[in-house]
Amino acid sequence: MKRNLKFWAASALLAGIHLLLIFPGFFAPYDYSAQNREFSYAPPSRLHFVDRAGKTHFRPFTYALVRDDQNSGGYVEASNKPIPIRFFVRGSSYSILGIFRSSLHSFGADTSAKFWLMGTDQFGRDEFSRVLYGGRISILAGLIATLLSLILGTILGALAGFYSGWSDVLLMRGVELFLALPWLYLLLTVRASLPLHISTIDTFLLLAAVLGLVGWARPARLVRGMVLSVKERNYVQSARGFGASDVYLLRRHILPQLSSVLLTQAALLVPQFVLAEVTLSFLGLGVSEPVPSWGNLLACLQQYYVLTSYWWMLFPALVLVPFFAGYQMLAAELARRNSAATF
Amino acid sequence: MRCVMPRLLAVHCLFIILPAAAMAQSSAQSHEEFLVARGKVGGLGGRLVVSLRTEPKTLNPVTALDQPSRTVFALLNADLVHINRVTQLTEPALAKSWKVSRDGLHYTLTLRRGVRFSDGQPFDASDVVFTFQVYLDPKIESPQRDLLIVGGKPISVRQLGPYKVEFNFTQRYAPAERLFDSVDILPRHLLEKDYQNGTIAQTWSLNTPPNQIAGLGPFRLKQYVPGQSITLERNPYYWKTDSAGNRLPYLDEVHFLIVPTEDAEVIRFQSGDLDLLNGFSAGNYAVLSRQQAERGYRLYDLGPSLVYNFLFFNLNDLPASVPSQLTQEQTWFRDVRFRQAVSAAIDRDAIVRLVYQGRATPLWGNVTPGNKLWMNRAIPHPPRSLDNAKALLRAAGFSWNTSGTLVDSHGTPVEFSILTNSSNSERTQITTLIQNDLQQIGMNVHIVSLDFRSMLDRIFHTFNYEAAVLGLGGGDVDPAPEINVWMSDGSTHLWHLGEKTPATSWEAELDRLMRQQLVTMVYSKRKKIYDRLQQIVAEQVPLICLVSPNTLAAARANLGNFQPSILPPYGLWNVEQLYWRQAGNGNSR
Repeated sequence: MKRNLKFWAASALLAGIHLLLIFPGFFAPYDYSAQNREFSYAPPSRLHFVDRAGKTHFRPFTYALVRDDQNSGGYVEASNKPIPIRFFVRGSSYSILGIFRSSLHSFGADTSAKFWLMGTDQFGRDEFSRVLYGGRISILAGLIATLLSLILGTILGALAGFYSGWSDVLLMRGVELFLALPWLYLLLTVRASLPLHISTIDTFLLLAAVLGLVGWARPARLVRGMVLSVKERNYVQSARGFGASDVYLLRRHILPQLSSVLLTQAALLVPQFVLAEVTLSFLGLGVSEPVPSWGNLLACLQQYYVLTSYWWMLFPALVLVPFFAGYQMLAAELARRNSAATF
Repeated sequence: MRCVMPRLLAVHCLFIILPAAAMAQSSAQSHEEFLVARGKVGGLGGRLVVSLRTEPKTLNPVTALDQPSRTVFALLNADLVHINRVTQLTEPALAKSWKVSRDGLHYTLTLRRGVRFSDGQPFDASDVVFTFQVYLDPKIESPQRDLLIVGGKPISVRQLGPYKVEFNFTQRYAPAERLFDSVDILPRHLLEKDYQNGTIAQTWSLNTPPNQIAGLGPFRLKQYVPGQSITLERNPYYWKTDSAGNRLPYLDEVHFLIVPTEDAEVIRFQSGDLDLLNGFSAGNYAVLSRQQAERGYRLYDLGPSLVYNFLFFNLNDLPASVPSQLTQEQTWFRDVRFRQAVSAAIDRDAIVRLVYQGRATPLWGNVTPGNKLWMNRAIPHPPRSLDNAKALLRAAGFSWNTSGTLVDSHGTPVEFSILTNSSNSERTQITTLIQNDLQQIGMNVHIVSLDFRSMLDRIFHTFNYEAAVLGLGGGDVDPAPEINVWMSDGSTHLWHLGEKTPATSWEAELDRLMRQQLVTMVYSKRKKIYDRLQQIVAEQVPLICLVSPNTLAAARANLGNFQPSILPPYGLWNVEQLYWRQAGNGNSR
């Protein structure tokens, strides 16, 4: 029961995170590229329920931020007028899954006032909105790279394990080569040779593709090992004896045995590839401005003055924690279930 | 009776010899022609700890090109004529005076007498002749050689006496005096043999023992620890004194620590490991300003530097390897109204505020306000105006479609990319602001962030780019070093490299003005010529000048005579006059 709870808790957490990131336009109060240049590095807006006069409000509210001239570069709340926070408000237009358009947002401040849940960045862009949109990029890159690496790894690993002989030798040497590749320098080279007119989408897809193409080696080795074991089982030998073709054996008897392992592997690979994308974007090799990703949101922290002066710029890093924790829990539960099923 | 006569005689002799020796020494000293430095009289002693971003590649002034090497040389060596980093004017150094012939082709320099190298050997005109012989030797391929070529021909030097040399130019050269600044004089007695053997380029490496290196600077090499530090000690024969007659420098040692990044420098300065900082970002200035009083240091904002950051478009003649789309885009870029519209749409004040936290100056021309002698203050500074930008684009035949995208006369959407250096965060931030600004007039701009080498390769070799953000300037205030930027055949004529003849009439005019100002000897006339050049640049905007960052420095509060400058070596230009005050609130080392 307790273990089931862990599985469902991890699944619920991940489902929640992914839901937020599938519909960032709705959950984010502002467009990710909208600049408010008068509010560079504004701190997170404070949520109040009790105003300065001591009166309690049912609806949460905030105060507008103004520059604090005495504390150069800082902001203070203008406490003369509370600004209510409303839910399901109309705001900037966004597209849903690239098909529909809407302007309904989950929450926002009244009128033209701004409410920054996680503060703003250097150009006055809402950090919370950018974290949501950025997560979409990072997680999608991780999912696409995982899918690509698993498909490629499964095909090549299965062929190597099933046929053995020279194909096994050839493929496994290929695995070793790919494992030894310095993928960071490969990406640097790819980035430098990209055409100038490459859209953000193309850059993103290329990035995911390169990550996936470089990452097939480990799943391939795992699949090969599994196939080597499964192909010697009695039911596989029997089916072969009855004249089943290689394709039939792989499709009907061998690959289904790998499904749970592949699922566990996927749960391990997704966070790894997300981390790879975050690293690349952190180094400036991912999607370019103004499109956010978790990596390029963290890139500003390479500068000492940002790290020591604007603590809210660490929020993208904090968001990574539940994401990775969820996938680790899920992978652990799936691995436990696999081993229980085996025995 | 014991004979006391020999003893008495010995004592008498002693009374004769000792004063004679002292007189001889003071006579030798009194023959030294010191330069008296202006500045407060300080006290001897102490060590100054400064950082270098990377190790110097060599200790040989003949072959060094990298900035860390040149920073160390500034303390080890001396020049004939020096540019005062505060007044930005030339003043005597090893040459105590000079005369210029009427035709402006011959400079006769009179050298200081009694000056000695840091190993005690005397300096004279033969060292100067040897130095320039080495630098000008084409077989040596010294980077200094390019600086000593005027009008396509190298300058020549001849010795007129033990303390007199004559430099000859083939044409008049207005900034001739400035040419000698930072041209380090070499010791003939140590390097002549290597030069004759053809091995001078390999001498004075980082492994050379300190006692084999000598110079005329305030310090001499004491110790080098690979990858960690370089220590210099006082040169006991230095030829400058303070106004009280004390021989400079005041400091016993200058210790260079290798600290690879600016952020690491700031952290080490805050913790007390470093005594001064030469140049850092506005963001770190804000961090440092919070703890000035409690940590005992002082910050300096010297106002605009000589660096100018700019956006420029690719107007080069394109090779076949470049995508054909770029050829079409160049029809936009070549229209001055397009460039002026881009300039009008850019919010320079936002760049100053958001990228440099107010510690920068917006620019509309290539000469910054930090250049007191040459800036054309009559160039207009139009405020940002999207309406003006749109009017210019309309006049150039552009229009907007229903979705607000700017299109040219053929209906092609205006879309291009801007290259930026991924390791320069400030320029990347500037490009992000420009992208947003141009979006407001319907241009779709992509940012391509590359490592610096790849970026330069595209700009200088393959020409496979559309626009880029870069920065230039910083070396000297005189227009002469900018010649390669403005001359159409110049090696840094960035927007259109490799022109054999000027591609436009205004570039032809720039060529003429640059050549003319180089041979105009009277400052006021030369200024007018250079003003006209700046006016053309501001009108034609081959480089859309954006901002000049301020020069920022920091030092321990009890470091006396610290007077940083916007010219390199910034805080160390008067290192011989820096001293530690024995103040109660500071650390004296």
